Amino acid sequence: MARIDVTVDGVRYTDEVEPRLLLVHYLRDRLGKVGTPVGCDTSNCGACTVHLDGVSVKSCAVLAVQADGAAVTTIEGLASDGRLHPVQQAFHDQHGLQCGYCTPGMVMAAVDLLAANPDPTDEEIRHGLEGNLCRCTGYQNIVRAVRAAADAGLAGPAGSELAGSEATR
Amino acid sequence: MTEELDAGVIAEQIAESGQLGGPGGGREVGQARRRKEDARLLTGQTRWTDNIALPGLLHIALVRSPIAHARVTRVDVAAARQRPGVLAAFTGADLAAELGTLPCAWPVTADMVHPDHRPLATDEVRHVGEAVAVVVARDRYAAADALEAVEVDYEPLPVVTDMTEALRDEVLVHADKGTNKTFLWPFDGGDYDAARAKADVVVSRRYIQQRLIPAAMEPRAVVVEPIASAGEYTVYSATQIPHILRIMLALTTGIAEQKIRVIAPDVGGGFGSKLNVYAEEVIALVVAKRLGRPVKWTESRSEGFQATIHGRDQIQDIEIAATRDGTILGVSVDLKADMGAYLQLVTPGVPILGAFMYNAIYKMEGYRFRCTGVFTNKTPTDAYRGAGRPEATYAIERIVTELAVELGMDPIELRRKNWIRHEEFPYTTVAGLTYDSGNYEAATGKALGLFGYDELRAEQARRRESGDPVQLGIGISTFTEMCGLAPSRVLGSLSYGAGGWEAASIRMLPTGKVEVVTGTSPHGQGHETAWSQIAADALGVPFDDVTVIHGDTQSAPVGMDTYGSRSLVVGGVAVHLAAQKVVGKARAIAAHLLEAAESDIEFAGGVFSVKGSPEARSTIQEIALATFAAHNLPDGMEPTLNSDAVLDPENFSFPHGTHLCAVDVDTETGAVTIRKYVAVDDVGKVVNPLIVEGQVHGGIAQGIGQALYEEAVYDPDGNLITGTMVDYLVPAASDLPEFTTDRTETPATSNPLGVKGVGEAGTIASTPAVVSAVVDALRPFGVDDVQMPCSPERVWRAVHGAGGAAGAGRAAQGTVAYGGPQTATTAGGAE
Repeated sequence: MARIDVTVDGVRYTDEVEPRLLLVHYLRDRLGKVGTPVGCDTSNCGACTVHLDGVSVKSCAVLAVQADGAAVTTIEGLASDGRLHPVQQAFHDQHGLQCGYCTPGMVMAAVDLLAANPDPTDEEIRHGLEGNLCRCTGYQNIVRAVRAAADAGLAGPAGSELAGSEATR
Repeated sequence: MTEELDAGVIAEQIAESGQLGGPGGGREVGQARRRKEDARLLTGQTRWTDNIALPGLLHIALVRSPIAHARVTRVDVAAARQRPGVLAAFTGADLAAELGTLPCAWPVTADMVHPDHRPLATDEVRHVGEAVAVVVARDRYAAADALEAVEVDYEPLPVVTDMTEALRDEVLVHADKGTNKTFLWPFDGGDYDAARAKADVVVSRRYIQQRLIPAAMEPRAVVVEPIASAGEYTVYSATQIPHILRIMLALTTGIAEQKIRVIAPDVGGGFGSKLNVYAEEVIALVVAKRLGRPVKWTESRSEGFQATIHGRDQIQDIEIAATRDGTILGVSVDLKADMGAYLQLVTPGVPILGAFMYNAIYKMEGYRFRCTGVFTNKTPTDAYRGAGRPEATYAIERIVTELAVELGMDPIELRRKNWIRHEEFPYTTVAGLTYDSGNYEAATGKALGLFGYDELRAEQARRRESGDPVQLGIGISTFTEMCGLAPSRVLGSLSYGAGGWEAASIRMLPTGKVEVVTGTSPHGQGHETAWSQIAADALGVPFDDVTVIHGDTQSAPVGMDTYGSRSLVVGGVAVHLAAQKVVGKARAIAAHLLEAAESDIEFAGGVFSVKGSPEARSTIQEIALATFAAHNLPDGMEPTLNSDAVLDPENFSFPHGTHLCAVDVDTETGAVTIRKYVAVDDVGKVVNPLIVEGQVHGGIAQGIGQALYEEAVYDPDGNLITGTMVDYLVPAASDLPEFTTDRTETPATSNPLGVKGVGEAGTIASTPAVVSAVVDALRPFGVDDVQMPCSPERVWRAVHGAGGAAGAGRAAQGTVAYGGPQTATTAGGAE
């Protein structure tokens, strides 16, 4: 067992973990951070994408021990002050999701993409997201959403309030 | 008027609280409402089945056969039971009595060969990935570790993976059945032989529908929570069919139906792959019952590629007969459909659904269809987005284009000459279906304009003339499809195991809010949003005041679930009908309270008023509150507005459209680039254009996937070569173009909302448009087919193999090398 000290969505955790434990399983099974899903076992689909010290990684391809001393941001920690992140808001506005299973990873990858390239072309968006698979949307509205978020600027208008007004179940 | 009611203290509090809603803001149906579902999906607050954690939860892992066909001579789980963290391990024999055999609900013929399908194999395995033992451990890592400790002895048997070879019955998948032929299903419309006898031109082709893997983004998962002392079980499953699953689990395990509650929590896509009753669902239930502990099974992606159903896998021999002036006389189809090793829930019915679609939008005198089901040592096939209709549409749209080439006609002109004209609807086809409405002229005209058809044809001619190494190809798909499954009597006549109705309930809450309970089970389609729009309009309440409840046999007890583009045209219409009943009850109470005759009560925009005295009015919410209080209702009136509706549709739904695709094909590298894709779909009246467009986008993407990228490849020993997402190419954003989508709107006449299905239309339409475009680009090279997926290698070989003698090209394209890997180009099924 190895001891790790990791901050996830602003909360610090110290844990004993098996060296082979994947970061995504640490998040899901140990911390109950199930907002980050698993979609494959070959690091192709990107559903499990999170930020490790601000850079997007596939959390199925990172060991929990590699996150020792790092800060992890998941989809659950992206909204702030009770408002959606502009990229989350853009996915909602542009209907950039259907079943929503790829969405956490897609949003986290898009945030990282825009951090590196705040004004990407559609082509750059498509290539920037090619490590994240979606089976529902045909990607068109995902590209529109990232484009819209870029146009709004990451520091642009914050998203709608989270306060449950649309939570329907 | 609330204050005038003698409604009691609770009603007074509600009235004063500000919670009682007002009339809705106008027409919701047709608005591009942003989805209610998104909030939880965007923030990671979703409840996927694998997210469910319960006290004492145990994890299941399955030992799966690495051999495609073998006698299982020994399964020893003793060592696995000794592993740390392992609570139990079972062989197939240990659980045989409780597990039963998995159901097939569509015996298409009376003499269909229907082998037993045990959730855990006992003495023989028939495809790679078939489960032979189960281990149960305290966490998923311990369960995975324990798999290594299970010892299984396999005695290999001969393997057959190719349908043509299987039909020789030399190697049998089920030896006791004596044949690999599952069924022969014949169907005739009109007299094909007579039609053919009159023909000047007959074109025949063999098309291969390669095997596909649905690959919904959420892997399958199941959690079973037992209350052992009461013999009650809650089954959470990533399924499209919680209601059907409940019945089937009862029949399979012998546990009484009312003791099983099935919940489909948030489900991450299905495309037909979660329209099934799977071994793991039964195993998890039986293991939870045995141990009295909650259990979870979640498939890994590579496990799912072997254990979740596949799609397509058909050989289509199609023939079209026509006169020299381009009048289509008839179509004949000889179809071979690969069942895989077993029959899953609707495996045999999938190709049969295609039987009614090969005549497509065209008028003709004669139609013949023969379908042979075939067992092979591969994962079972079953419904995958479109289920039979994409295959049919592919073959007919491809061969109509081939006929145009043969006749020297423009493929659009040939279609115009033969399609059902809009003034001819309703039209009964040669296959016996009555298409209620359609306007192929309008959709095609719009598509041609958006596409710039004439300009592209002119450019194509220039580039052919100049010998451009990158050739332009144009593909056309003028499709229709039958969906909205389905009229129960029709399903009965096709030997389907159940009806095709759908249920809805509307509950009016005391505060005027509305709960819609639906029997549909969405997994990405946005029913919470669309059903809210339908209910809001019918009841005249605000969109935000409606909540939709689904996917739980306890809270939404009646339903037939979501598949076959049926949810809106059956389930959504049922919501509308239930709302009409609510309004009917409310009208009677409004008449009583407003002291008017019921016939004098008008209802519009959520307000009841008395004809001629508009000041005498009451909102539907006020009526709901008065009904709850029940202090002053008409004699004998039940104090509820709640209403149920169960709709058995009178007909299928027939969406249609025209998809046009332009590709650049590099004849030196074989690379195909989609340059322009135009889709004009007619899905009747639209409830939410945002959702419709999204469905079309995703559908087109999956159809392009089949055309260009995807193929499940088995080697001759029955190993799935494309066993992970590294090898099986689910298209990424960079693999797909931007689509131009538009609509025409020809309302359905078979339901009061005028709506048609949309979930599968894009997939059905797009595959032939893309492949026809690739072939069109290569026509100057003598190419008349490229086998799907049109990979660069296949395209290159088509170009370079077809330069010589006529006919040499066909063999080099690998159209006969069925079942081999993508690189195999030998003719004659050499394995």
